[in-house]
Amino acid sequence: MIAIADYGMGNLRSVEKAFQFLGHEAFITDDPQRARDASHLVLPGDAAFGDAMRNLRTAGWDTAIEDHVSTGRPFLGICVGLQLMFATSEEMGQHTGLDLFAGRCRRFPAAERVPQIGWNQISVQQPCAILDGIEEGSFFYFVHSYYVEADKAEESVAVTDYGLTYTSIAARDNVFGVQFHPEKSQKVGLRLLANFAALN
Amino acid sequence: MLAKRIIPCLDVKNGRNVRGVKFSADIDAGDPVELATRYDAEGADELVFYDITASSDGRGIVMDLVQQVSERVFIPLCVGGGIRTYEDVRAILKGGADKVSINSAAVLTPEIITRSAESFGSQCIVAAIDALRRPHDGNGTPGWEIYINGGRKATGIDALEWMEELVMRGAGELVLNSIDADGTRDGYDLELNRAVAERVDVPLVASGGAGTTEHIYQVLTEGQASAALAASIFHFEDYSIPEVKTYLSDRGVTVRHYTP
Repeated sequence: MIAIADYGMGNLRSVEKAFQFLGHEAFITDDPQRARDASHLVLPGDAAFGDAMRNLRTAGWDTAIEDHVSTGRPFLGICVGLQLMFATSEEMGQHTGLDLFAGRCRRFPAAERVPQIGWNQISVQQPCAILDGIEEGSFFYFVHSYYVEADKAEESVAVTDYGLTYTSIAARDNVFGVQFHPEKSQKVGLRLLANFAALN
Repeated sequence: MLAKRIIPCLDVKNGRNVRGVKFSADIDAGDPVELATRYDAEGADELVFYDITASSDGRGIVMDLVQQVSERVFIPLCVGGGIRTYEDVRAILKGGADKVSINSAAVLTPEIITRSAESFGSQCIVAAIDALRRPHDGNGTPGWEIYINGGRKATGIDALEWMEELVMRGAGELVLNSIDADGTRDGYDLELNRAVAERVDVPLVASGGAGTTEHIYQVLTEGQASAALAASIFHFEDYSIPEVKTYLSDRGVTVRHYTP
């Protein structure tokens, strides 16, 4: 059973629909207790880092995520969900994140149009379970003004170019984060979600 | 590299897809769910549903369509038309749309952009404008005026200044619809797109006037648009989306090719 964390941010229904379309049982919950027995946990997100972190902590999602991850169960952060997995962010002030990955979240330089909106390619740096069957250079749908800077090269599984080269997929063991929206990325996105759902 | 986007627009009236010429006569162009599914299979980068009934009944019908489409189509879906209040924005996003396109309401109550962007994030707040060319001033500089209510009512507002304000208020993307070009199939207003591109830093979606693949190529290169929105040329199958994308990539424009 896949739990999708609802902490008042973002279009969660599309993540749920994508898993259901793939034939997996998925449910949205705003109660971390209900997610306790889930085999997989997904952290979506579309909002500002600071607000998102505050909501996560208020509801107790931060400890629920820590517990989930510590038992080795698969975890996936999407978009701002990925950014929250990093140690810090400079989005509207300094904030601390979930600290699952070493690194920080920064704003795109002004040279490009911000937010980045649209389909961009990933360049795979490391083999990764959720990329099974997905070709190098595949296009995914991105919408974001901030990007993550991973301190550990081995945790930067795929990178993307937008004015600079940044980490678009971070992973370690069963912990994954993607900057793009797999639930909005047609066939390759569904493949990535299917790969994630198949992990145990 | 970030691809240029091709966005088919479905103008929905009473549950059917219709298409107007210069904002007037409607021609029935088919079942919206069927069309959306076809565009998805062809590799559309995004879909826009535009409720041209713009009544509460119309809204219900459009949201039902979006619901049906979002069960099987996994690309971004944007809904526009007749949005008046912050509550409308919330209802549309809750109903399964990824983005909301706000037009006249932003002119009448600009706070709708600010408040929606603060609550839901700039990424899902699209500001659309309908602009009509003004006679050239003494310096030969072109100008555009904002129209509201489906292009029927002049506002006296300068389009370029208005675009800057929309971005400052938190719009994450702008859709530029040229009333002069809309439905003519004579090409986008390249000057309008370029003028706005130089003033603001958010992505721009060009709309109105696409008749050929060359028009789309022009607006994505010379016009500096990030995406091209088109209706008629796709609905009536003058060109398929893969044909447009092949034309673009043959000329060096980065696009996403898709095989279902």
